[in-house]
Amino acid sequence: MTAALLETKDLTKIYTVNRGLFKGAQSLTAVNGINLSVPQGSVLGLVGESGCGKSTVAKMILRLEAPTSGQIHFDGEDVTDIQRKEMARRVQPVFQDPYASLNPRKSIDAIVSLPLRVHQISDRQKREAKLDEIMEIVGLPPRLRQSYPNQLSGGQRQRVAVARALIMRPEMVICDEPTSALDVSVQSQILNLLMDLQRQFGLTYLFISHDLAVVEHIATQVAVMYLGRIVEQAKTEDLFRQPRHPYTQALLKSVLTPEPRRGLPQTHLGATYPNPIDPPSGCTFHPRCPKADDQCATCAPKPTMTADRLVECHYPLFS
Amino acid sequence: MNTLLTIESLYVDIPLAAGVLHAVRDVNFLVRRGETVSLVGESGCGKSLTSLAVMDLLPKQATCRAKQLVFDDQDLDSIGAHQMADIRGRDMAMIFQEPMTSLNPCYTIGNQLMETLRRHTDQSNSEARDRAVYLLEKVGITAAASRLKQYPHQLSGGLRQRIMIAMALMCGPSLVIADEPTTALDVTIQAQILALLADLQKEFNTGMILITHDLGVVSRVADRVEVMYCGEVVEEGSVAEIFERPLHPYTQGLMACIPIPGKTLPGKHLGSIPGIVPTPIGDLKGCMFRNRCSYVMPECAAARNIDLIEIAPYRGYRCLLSPEASSQKYKEGGTT
Repeated sequence: MTAALLETKDLTKIYTVNRGLFKGAQSLTAVNGINLSVPQGSVLGLVGESGCGKSTVAKMILRLEAPTSGQIHFDGEDVTDIQRKEMARRVQPVFQDPYASLNPRKSIDAIVSLPLRVHQISDRQKREAKLDEIMEIVGLPPRLRQSYPNQLSGGQRQRVAVARALIMRPEMVICDEPTSALDVSVQSQILNLLMDLQRQFGLTYLFISHDLAVVEHIATQVAVMYLGRIVEQAKTEDLFRQPRHPYTQALLKSVLTPEPRRGLPQTHLGATYPNPIDPPSGCTFHPRCPKADDQCATCAPKPTMTADRLVECHYPLFS
Repeated sequence: MNTLLTIESLYVDIPLAAGVLHAVRDVNFLVRRGETVSLVGESGCGKSLTSLAVMDLLPKQATCRAKQLVFDDQDLDSIGAHQMADIRGRDMAMIFQEPMTSLNPCYTIGNQLMETLRRHTDQSNSEARDRAVYLLEKVGITAAASRLKQYPHQLSGGLRQRIMIAMALMCGPSLVIADEPTTALDVTIQAQILALLADLQKEFNTGMILITHDLGVVSRVADRVEVMYCGEVVEEGSVAEIFERPLHPYTQGLMACIPIPGKTLPGKHLGSIPGIVPTPIGDLKGCMFRNRCSYVMPECAAARNIDLIEIAPYRGYRCLLSPEASSQKYKEGGTT
């Protein structure tokens, strides 16, 4: 196994939320002691429902948010020891909504070349050459260079976001739901592009998504998050073939594959995702879990590691 | 009579500075009671405008004409705005795409739910409240009576979507138009909302038009499918026919785009449809899909108009290729 490019140790983020004028502040644990390890050149898929803390993890890795406790190691170094600019060169994001992540008042040229200017690659010719190169790599015609984001289609905009992320040749790209705002036909184009780039440049991805079919297609490892915890992590193949955590199983069951005559799946999840301000006692999944008993309600399960696979459940499923 | 809605030769035009936008062209289909018809296609294909035309909710500048637009034996073309207002909400209802923007933030959930019923029937406030509570419980909301006093911002996205569904069902409509009802929701809740819609549909024997671009949803919920591209229906058929033997290159392209666990090899290239949906402005000629089609032939541009070829009742496609040739090319993996 290759060395981990990114590692997090007990990463925790607690937000303080004001509940109203006289109610005082309360703490919301968005991410609760997460240990992730992303090997060089691999794709870690991070899945979970909205509100489970996926994006907060991404923000902390990008250093857009400071962790409350815990560490993030990048290439063996603590990220707090790495200069901000240096870090920005090595880790770059691609966000969900290309309609919101591009400045509408800047031309595509200006958007994509901003990293070059930030990192003071001042030679104009060199900048132009790099710009031409990256536009070609992501498949944007050069005539779009003077256009503005509103003149582009959704797929083209996401290509611009990818170009901006890759122009400094980072080692790692954090993709936060990169395709969920796009049509299926465009989604497949962007996924193909991301997979090609990963092979071409040996990139490492943290791929956040709630679409399990997409994650299965692109990721080598998958981590399932629930209410700020990683409840299961395994190789993609193993996880999809044999989910151990009841939550993973329910998630996999609710994926609607295009197979007529299968009907709708019956999950036992119930509708209510718990309120992270007031999380359930014991195992946080127990109110929605079909196998929960008294132990689950009182005592939080410890993560157990068996053969490359992490499960956090008192009663993991063995088929 | 089993047929609920008949649409024949529906056209929607929108005049723009650059010319007339032919947003919907020659759309024909019908919806029976208890049946789900799904409109599929990328954004900008005219799916939503078709449904808005049925509801008579098109933007002011848009013009709409149809040879026949009959709902429940009433000709929607000839009735006035007042009568249409009576039908809308009572006999046909719409579940809008974004529950965040389609609920009024200034009124409570209860207010908004009861308004529909109060407008259309002479039921009293308390009867309306009972109906609202009954439906909220039906759509799986616990403590329904206390929810009536809440405002939309106090509820999560999944709950708001359920409220939208309950609101559409307040008067027991015979036709429900659901415009991307689950796009904004998590997968776990998506399955539940769809199951709920299917249950309610069975119970009340309503017809449903389901608008979505998610083929997974279509395959599990719909009875019949109308694939739309650039304002036209390019293929229609039963859900099994469409998924097992797609005939139009666009349908085939859509199928190839989605990764299917267990079927597509991880890491392999997905199929894709290059380019984007063209804007149907001005004089249109030939096949609208030809610039993105991998089977394109010179005839595709030369043809004046490509008609929908019916190979069986309610099964047709709009392409110059024969069904055999098209299936053959699909099997060879023509769409890349």
